[in-house]
Amino acid sequence: MLEARGIVKRFGDLAANDGVDLAVGEGEIHALLGENGAGKSTLVKVLYGALQPDEGEIFWQGAHVEIASPAAARALGIGMVFQHFSLFEALTVAENVALGLPTRETLRSIASRIEALSAAFGLPLDPARYVHDLSVGERQRIEIVRCLLQDPKLIIMDEPTSVLTPQEADLLFATLGRLAGEGRAILYITHRLEEVRRLCDAATVLRQGRVVAGVSPRRETAAALARLMVGSDVQPIEHRAARAGAPLLELRRLSLPPDRVLGTALVDISLSVRAGEIVAIAGVAGNGQGELFAALSGERPSRADAVLIDGAPVGQRGITQRRRLGAAFVPEERLGHSAVPHLTLSENVLLTRHGTGGLTRLGFLLRGRAAQLAAEVCAAFDVRKPGRDPEAASLSGGNLQKFVVGRELLAEPRLLVVNQPSWGVDVGAAVMIRQALVDLAAQGAAVLVISQDLDEILEIADRIAVIAHGRLSEAHPASALSLERIGLLMGGAHPESVPEPADAD
Amino acid sequence: MLLEPLLLTIITAATPLLVAALGELVVERSGVLNLGVEGMMVMGASCGFVVAILTGSSILGALAGIGAGMALAAVFALMTLGFAANQVASGLALTIFGLGLSGLIGADFVGARRDPAPKLHLAGLSDLPFVGPILFGEDGFVYASVALLLGVSWFLWRTRTGLMLRAIGDNPISAHALGHQVLRVRLLAILFGGGCAGLAGAYLSLGYTPFWVRGMTAGRGWIALALVVFSSWIPWRLALGAYLFGAVTILQLYAQGYGLGVPSQLMSALPYLATILVLVAISRSHGRGAGPASLGTPFVPDH
Repeated sequence: MLEARGIVKRFGDLAANDGVDLAVGEGEIHALLGENGAGKSTLVKVLYGALQPDEGEIFWQGAHVEIASPAAARALGIGMVFQHFSLFEALTVAENVALGLPTRETLRSIASRIEALSAAFGLPLDPARYVHDLSVGERQRIEIVRCLLQDPKLIIMDEPTSVLTPQEADLLFATLGRLAGEGRAILYITHRLEEVRRLCDAATVLRQGRVVAGVSPRRETAAALARLMVGSDVQPIEHRAARAGAPLLELRRLSLPPDRVLGTALVDISLSVRAGEIVAIAGVAGNGQGELFAALSGERPSRADAVLIDGAPVGQRGITQRRRLGAAFVPEERLGHSAVPHLTLSENVLLTRHGTGGLTRLGFLLRGRAAQLAAEVCAAFDVRKPGRDPEAASLSGGNLQKFVVGRELLAEPRLLVVNQPSWGVDVGAAVMIRQALVDLAAQGAAVLVISQDLDEILEIADRIAVIAHGRLSEAHPASALSLERIGLLMGGAHPESVPEPADAD
Repeated sequence: MLLEPLLLTIITAATPLLVAALGELVVERSGVLNLGVEGMMVMGASCGFVVAILTGSSILGALAGIGAGMALAAVFALMTLGFAANQVASGLALTIFGLGLSGLIGADFVGARRDPAPKLHLAGLSDLPFVGPILFGEDGFVYASVALLLGVSWFLWRTRTGLMLRAIGDNPISAHALGHQVLRVRLLAILFGGGCAGLAGAYLSLGYTPFWVRGMTAGRGWIALALVVFSSWIPWRLALGAYLFGAVTILQLYAQGYGLGVPSQLMSALPYLATILVLVAISRSHGRGAGPASLGTPFVPDH
């Protein structure tokens, strides 16, 4: 149906796509695999007309075509569901859909078509609601419905499940299966290998802008696919047994009102994290993870005895005071929260270590020491950087994440709280970060990981709790929890209505 | 009868604010913050007055005012869209530039006088007691401002292009990804806003006070900008604010005339206080007061 031959796209000296060939057939679910920066997004933008290739040809249903713009792609019958939703928060569902349609249809007729289509595909959606009130899953449905309303023959989906619960993902897979059954082709971009093996008929693997393999994913193991993506064997995480010791972090009935209009309230959260163990908090984005992190790090004060670090009530204490008790924190947002984009790495080291690292004297900065510490972090965590002490913003996502995690780890904290440790980083960096967390726990530190990535949680956590609507479930040993049960808890099911761990497989 | 001339002067005082602010509302809805309104207004005032004196036609004067506002807006568009320059700095620079250039253009016409733009006269209707002069006896600018209010509301919420413009103001990156022409829509919005500011300025020198003096806008461009924000970017609230401002301006003048013993400086501050208080109260009680999300952020499409 769609064939691309020899696509080359350069940005300056960098060839993001370097002679890429791709063919997607009718009724086929075709995976496009690759690490961050492998050129997946660039290729997809070329196919959708958002970028023009420097070289290469595109054939659509056998005929040579130039795709000059997204509108031209839609006119051909190519639709796209974006990863970072291209939605307008201040507008309604129907208005958002109307903006993606080429016709001059009235909003009322668009609204009725949305209702009909969402009923037909079991994707409930109210056209009159404002997008800023909707959950992530609902937002994705808007993108899908907007795409389907144009009756596309090829649907491009960019990392669609990264924001969904397992149950929502199952619903999506059923929809995709139906669409493929109607003879539509689906180009499915992801780095989740199990999904590809379950769902896709064919896979094209990209690495550094080139196609390294075209495989039939159902015949490959996940490890083999990972090896193709990374270009070398992926080291499995090594666990080292450690005995759980005294609790270093305790939450006692922590409740906080939301801090902004659409924020989540934290309700009655209790948890303890002991020395030598990793406790993970699973949950779909926006269920209170950010608020919980802020309460733990001290960005938001709480009742004094609601948060205890090493037995000391710290609810009313600030971030630096908590750090002095041996705690360290890595927030979710790399740029703007963990690191200041336009400060150099050595200055960014100062930002979290000024109170504990011996980097100041009488209020003056010891720049030499900071630079030395930044260099140590980069060396220990293999941070690749342009120049000796570049701005944080000039690092790639994976390298910056290694830097901000490493900055805290080299302080040898007794308690580490980390939110989304490997979000949006490549497989190599993710493995390195996870191994470092496991090692830290093995040395006797308490580690609390907040993550939306269930594979990550199952890989490293000793105990797992699930956060939904600002409430935290009890923490269960990881070995006693099935994926299904975690998924039900993530969807906000009441703990009693979910089968007990004993029933799980 | 006192009320009738009172209402007439209130409408006259409110109209230039309404026109300039409606233009700026459209610009800001597209995500562009144009602080050059004052400069575009004063250019409209001087060019409009000069052309009206030279040709003897108020209509040509008004068109010249619109043209002058749009010309300055085109410079603003070149800087902020073409070169993605900082919108705040560009707007401030153009206000200062407009104040200077308008003085140069109007220098030879200081002291020139002409009759104000003619009032509408409909036989019968305009002669009705009280409502006649107010509803059917205004000058053309006032009717144009009402038409503009209805037109802008209709455009923003009833047309596809208006929807596109609001979407671009909310999230230009998404709009671009969907294939909408962000820079073109913003260019047209900026030109429209400049034209409105120019027209509002021309009304000052052609209808409100039919002569030209340097800097005669006296900060009305800034008030128009404030009205847009305090009206939460909603046209009917904007109109309410403009008329309220006009009303308090005129009423406090009358009050000063009667000598209430309140310092005149305090009285002169009243319109600002009253307008801000009322509009803040409305936007608090009705919520959704957040402005266009991308306001003031340059957009540079990737290639």
